[in-house]
Amino acid sequence: MHPALLGLITIVVGVSGCIGYFYGSNLLLDKVLFPASGPNIGRNISRRELIRPWLFLFPAILALGLYLAYPVVATLILSFQERGAGGVRTFVGFENYTQMFAEPKFMEAMRNNVLWLVVVPAAATGFGLLAAQLTDRLRWGNIAKSIIFMPMAISFVGAAVIFKLIYEARPEDVAQIGVLNHLYLLFGGDTPQQWLTIPFWNSFFLMAVLIWIQTGFAMVILSAALRGIPEETIEAAIIDGANPFQIFFKIKVPQIMGTIVVVWTTITIATLKVFDIVFAMTNGQWETQVLANYMYDKLFRANDWGMGSAAAMIIMLLVTPILVWNVYNARKEMR
Amino acid sequence: MDGLSGKKPAVVWLLNISVVVLVALWLFPTLGLFVSSFRTSEQITSSGWWASLFPAEQTLQLRALDPDENRFETSAGVFVVEGNVLEGDYAEVAIDRWGTSSRAPDSYATGDTADLGDGENMTLNADGTYVWQGNGEQISGRGQRLFIIATIPPEFTTNNYRTVLFTEGNSEDMAKAFFNTLTVVIPATIIPILIAAFAAYALAWMDFPGRALLIATVVGLLVVPLQLALIPLLQFHNAIGIGKGYLGVWMAHTGFGLPLAIYLLRNYMVGLPRDIIENARVDGATEPQIFTKIILPLSFPALASFAIFQFLWTWNDLLVALVFLIDSSGETTVMTKQIVELLGTRGGDWEILATSAFVSIAVPLLVFFLMQKYLVRGLLAGSVK
Repeated sequence: MHPALLGLITIVVGVSGCIGYFYGSNLLLDKVLFPASGPNIGRNISRRELIRPWLFLFPAILALGLYLAYPVVATLILSFQERGAGGVRTFVGFENYTQMFAEPKFMEAMRNNVLWLVVVPAAATGFGLLAAQLTDRLRWGNIAKSIIFMPMAISFVGAAVIFKLIYEARPEDVAQIGVLNHLYLLFGGDTPQQWLTIPFWNSFFLMAVLIWIQTGFAMVILSAALRGIPEETIEAAIIDGANPFQIFFKIKVPQIMGTIVVVWTTITIATLKVFDIVFAMTNGQWETQVLANYMYDKLFRANDWGMGSAAAMIIMLLVTPILVWNVYNARKEMR
Repeated sequence: MDGLSGKKPAVVWLLNISVVVLVALWLFPTLGLFVSSFRTSEQITSSGWWASLFPAEQTLQLRALDPDENRFETSAGVFVVEGNVLEGDYAEVAIDRWGTSSRAPDSYATGDTADLGDGENMTLNADGTYVWQGNGEQISGRGQRLFIIATIPPEFTTNNYRTVLFTEGNSEDMAKAFFNTLTVVIPATIIPILIAAFAAYALAWMDFPGRALLIATVVGLLVVPLQLALIPLLQFHNAIGIGKGYLGVWMAHTGFGLPLAIYLLRNYMVGLPRDIIENARVDGATEPQIFTKIILPLSFPALASFAIFQFLWTWNDLLVALVFLIDSSGETTVMTKQIVELLGTRGGDWEILATSAFVSIAVPLLVFFLMQKYLVRGLLAGSVK
């Protein structure tokens, strides 16, 4: 069957299935199980209102449990196992982890990930804040914001092609088509560089892609936060003779600190999971490996599920502090 | 800031210039891909795309017409070949200088006559017409070489798009990837919205024990890296017989998209006016009625913003498709995978790569610009609250 047709049928079946479930289950509850009639009408109504939330929640809980909660546990278990002959998995304790930590490629991935975590959120938030502040009162600010925000819609893979064009190197005696080498030669560089093959620095060239994508996100949120600052505080500062820089760093930034933290952590999480950029641009060669790509390598190239799962658990471990912090804040807000 | 910067023109100028620089910096990479997709492979590899926007000075090496076929005798023993070197490919070229040897291509201005020795001479005019004159021996063999320093206007072609979209072989792959991507994206966008809308309503407006715990769980699941889910779910899909395929990828995208969907929609629904819902309850509306008749229509902006998020995310996704969809037959490839493949195998074919990549990002960009309002609103609801 043609996949498009299959897709269409699935949409119809899926959507009508969902609607059918909600309609049917509520109908069942109202008309059959606890009808609003007969001798126990009061008890029936209160009982069905006890059950109804769970009818509404059931598909979501099922999907969340199966696709997010269960895998965390299953991956944890897998990371302590090794697949022996005949696909039999045996418990090996921390062996996968010790083996992994002994691998230079893993340590390289860890080192790079730390580098990414330090640079990308800081740079993206910084640029975002700068863009938000500069465009704030500009007449064409919205157009400017729109353009800076645009990379968000571009896939990491598309961005990889876009930046490959920038980093491209041609032989010395012909015209450079990569703008980076063009500028490098223009400002006194001697030979064109293969930017993505220079260890250590090449990670920064990959980070530039993510920063380029994430800055718009930071800008949009921080720009809304800047707008939310009470005018009086700024007017008071102006009257007191503060200069624009003082107003920005001493009055505005402290007031939006909460939002800056949210943006920072959100980009941190995106950075931790970065896979596509490295996969498409260098595939971890020339010392650019990161955890997510290392894990993919272990899972689907080396076919080592134990170590792949262990690598995934490391990513989870790195995310956990942010997870706890988010949950803590959400609970505080609800009270 | 109004009071400060509004009065000093220098500050306003500085502000405008810095924003222009910032915008240019952010637009430049995408523009490069866009412009490159309209250049021939020869153009892409011979000069930077930024140069193609302006007329460029180039040295062309051309040849006069074959004298044995085109010469005619004006007077006894004097032969002439006339023609136009710019005919055809170079119709819009403007000649700056020209010459007859590769060492000195800038010897003559247009309209000058070059003395080629022994009475042989060549005259080249600005419009490309030339007169080549000499005796029968000189005007024979191969046509006289002409070196022209010329200003060539920007030139673009849509041929790449024709190749990628409509040529046998390429187009099948691209069209297949395009439709496969759509097949993944549409159900993977609609289904989580439906499921999440109901759950979000229950979490926002129904009272039941454990509600706070559930909300906290959703917030926690928001950041769980989907890398964790790959193996257990692949095992699960194999165990229930789905294997790799559309059903699996739809379910995976639904599961991964749900936390954000529920979170966004709940945040929005909580903000709806309490009066409306309570009045409806007093008037005897049942919960399903309140949900379908009041909550859903009012939540349209939030539904739209999640739909855009999920659309962009599933369209641009590579990892989930690689793991849950694309099998060894390659029949179910998606756009992102197709581009990665091109990057690997045809990294040198810039025109194909650039054009395919632009085709793949065109749809999300279109959605982005049309629905930006909702996207921004969704981002704000998801992060600031």
